[in-house]
Amino acid sequence: MSALLEITDLAADIDGKEILRGISLAVPKGEVHAIMGPNGSGKSTLSYVLAGREGYAVTGGTATLDGADLLAMEPEQRAAAGLFLAFQYPVELPGVGNANFLRTALNAQRRARGEAELDAGAFLRLARQELKRLAISDEMLKRNVNVGFSGGEKKRNEVLQMALLRPRLAILDETDSGLDIDALRIVAQGVNALRGPDFSALVITHYQRLLDHIVPDRVHVLAHGRIIRSGGPELAHELEASGYGEIVAKAAAA
Amino acid sequence: MNATAFLARFDNATIASPEARAAASVLREHGLPGMREEAWRATPLRGLYEADLDAPAAPVLPPVLAAFPAPRLVFADGRFAPALSAATDRMHVATGVAMLGLARPATDKLVALNTMLATDGATVEVAAGTDAGTLLLAHLATGATSHPRHAIRLGAGAKLTLVDYAGGQGAYFHNPVLEVALAPGATLTHLRIQDESEKSYHLATIYAEAAEGATYDSFLLARGAAIGRTEIHARLAGPRATAHLNAAQLLARSQHGDFTTVVRHDAPATISRQTVKTVLAGRAHGVFQGKIEVAPEGQKTDGYQMNQTLLLSPRAEISAKPQLEIYADDVKCSHGATVGELDAEQLFYLRSRGIPEAAARAILVRAFLAEALDPIAHEAARAWMETLIDPWWDNAR
Repeated sequence: MSALLEITDLAADIDGKEILRGISLAVPKGEVHAIMGPNGSGKSTLSYVLAGREGYAVTGGTATLDGADLLAMEPEQRAAAGLFLAFQYPVELPGVGNANFLRTALNAQRRARGEAELDAGAFLRLARQELKRLAISDEMLKRNVNVGFSGGEKKRNEVLQMALLRPRLAILDETDSGLDIDALRIVAQGVNALRGPDFSALVITHYQRLLDHIVPDRVHVLAHGRIIRSGGPELAHELEASGYGEIVAKAAAA
Repeated sequence: MNATAFLARFDNATIASPEARAAASVLREHGLPGMREEAWRATPLRGLYEADLDAPAAPVLPPVLAAFPAPRLVFADGRFAPALSAATDRMHVATGVAMLGLARPATDKLVALNTMLATDGATVEVAAGTDAGTLLLAHLATGATSHPRHAIRLGAGAKLTLVDYAGGQGAYFHNPVLEVALAPGATLTHLRIQDESEKSYHLATIYAEAAEGATYDSFLLARGAAIGRTEIHARLAGPRATAHLNAAQLLARSQHGDFTTVVRHDAPATISRQTVKTVLAGRAHGVFQGKIEVAPEGQKTDGYQMNQTLLLSPRAEISAKPQLEIYADDVKCSHGATVGELDAEQLFYLRSRGIPEAAARAILVRAFLAEALDPIAHEAARAWMETLIDPWWDNAR
């Protein structure tokens, strides 16, 4: 199976400080991979560089989505190409209604792909159907985007966006942080529902907890801007038992 | 050319009434506003004084006015245009120069100019207890100078929504004065759309007086004119009278836009609210001067003023001057001001969902204005304003 996301020797700086030091990683179509690592290892930087946030200088390497050069695209082009980043800290947009935001985003992507736009009625039917599936109240559509949402509601709203936008590759940046077990289940359910031959995901997390609910095909350990170990789902359990210290020390010694 | 030379243009004007003669002598003695005057320091009128104004031509009624679901009074270059207007019998309407005695030509120089030169205007009277619905008052300019003089008088408990539009083509000077007298319990919703030609000069002065329990509820959307200024003097003359003086200014290129308000709380338990939003692109200069005066009689006054500015360009500039003058000891008065740029995090969040950068910026500009726009209950007027705001970003440089 060919890789949907292919990262080769990716290096990136923030303000001249090297954060990613040559990451190589391939996520095949239909697979879910986890990236685990201690704080400051470069996990969030990797997700932002892939999504195209400003402020990061890519100093080397490549990243492609289905063969297309991700790093040459604007953030909105990456989204239209099928990349979705679930934010660790979803942004509040006062004065922007959630339903309008979701429809604008969906239609912008459809337009970019040469597909017909959805009118307000068709969008609402689609949104209600996804809300129901995710056990989220309709009321969330009427509120301003993430404004006054609890931490759990913000993450659910990210999952709702993912469900509506149907990305080919979802990157979940510590989506589990600050979530109680019920919210965690909703997030996991949202990802698991999309699993299939046309959906891949990169689940970035500090803890193994989320991976009990979204069982990954592969686990990669990131430390000091490099992937120091890769393995099957059992690697997450190993890390949970021994902590990052040992594995990072071993990699440093090697 | 300077203010004196500009004024000399009107040396041969017909001066018909005693008020006009008095105004002319004020101008002879004091001239037009100059930069040394505190009230005009942030808005120099040199551009107006030096302007090469077009000769007036035949105005065309924009389709949006014809389609607006309300009776309308249309003025063209300062004169009533019956052929462009559509009648109503829900209120008493007369044309001709109308004065209610609230304006102060002795101190307000542009009002003196208006008083000296006004040749026409509308008088709208709504009888006590009547809800007169909506009236569209429009001014279309094509050249030279226009000084319409309007008066709105609402009887006790009467209601009216006045949609007050100013637009045109070419280089001209529009200097309207509008007086509003509200009897006890009356409510005027005054929605102003200033969409003047970008080669024009728009300097409007409004005087509103609200008796006991009356409400002057006003909103200004300003996006036109080379130099635009709306100056509102609202006097809360009776207990529990209310004034809302909200505004949204969208300015680009080298436009200059000024919103100046003076609210006078002259009676107990009066209320004033102001939400003023300014969006500036290019080298635009925005001005907000907001004064709240509380007289010794204005105990239990509740005054609030919020002024927020969004700077979309490093070369844009805002001058903001809030002023509180309080002579009563039991009042609640506050003001706040913020100046900021578009939030990079919000912009990235929108773009990461597939929304192109220009559309994302437009969404955030619209969101910034929401607090001022959302309270507008008149659907058709708000929809009209949305059509002026939506495409604004496309040319905002």
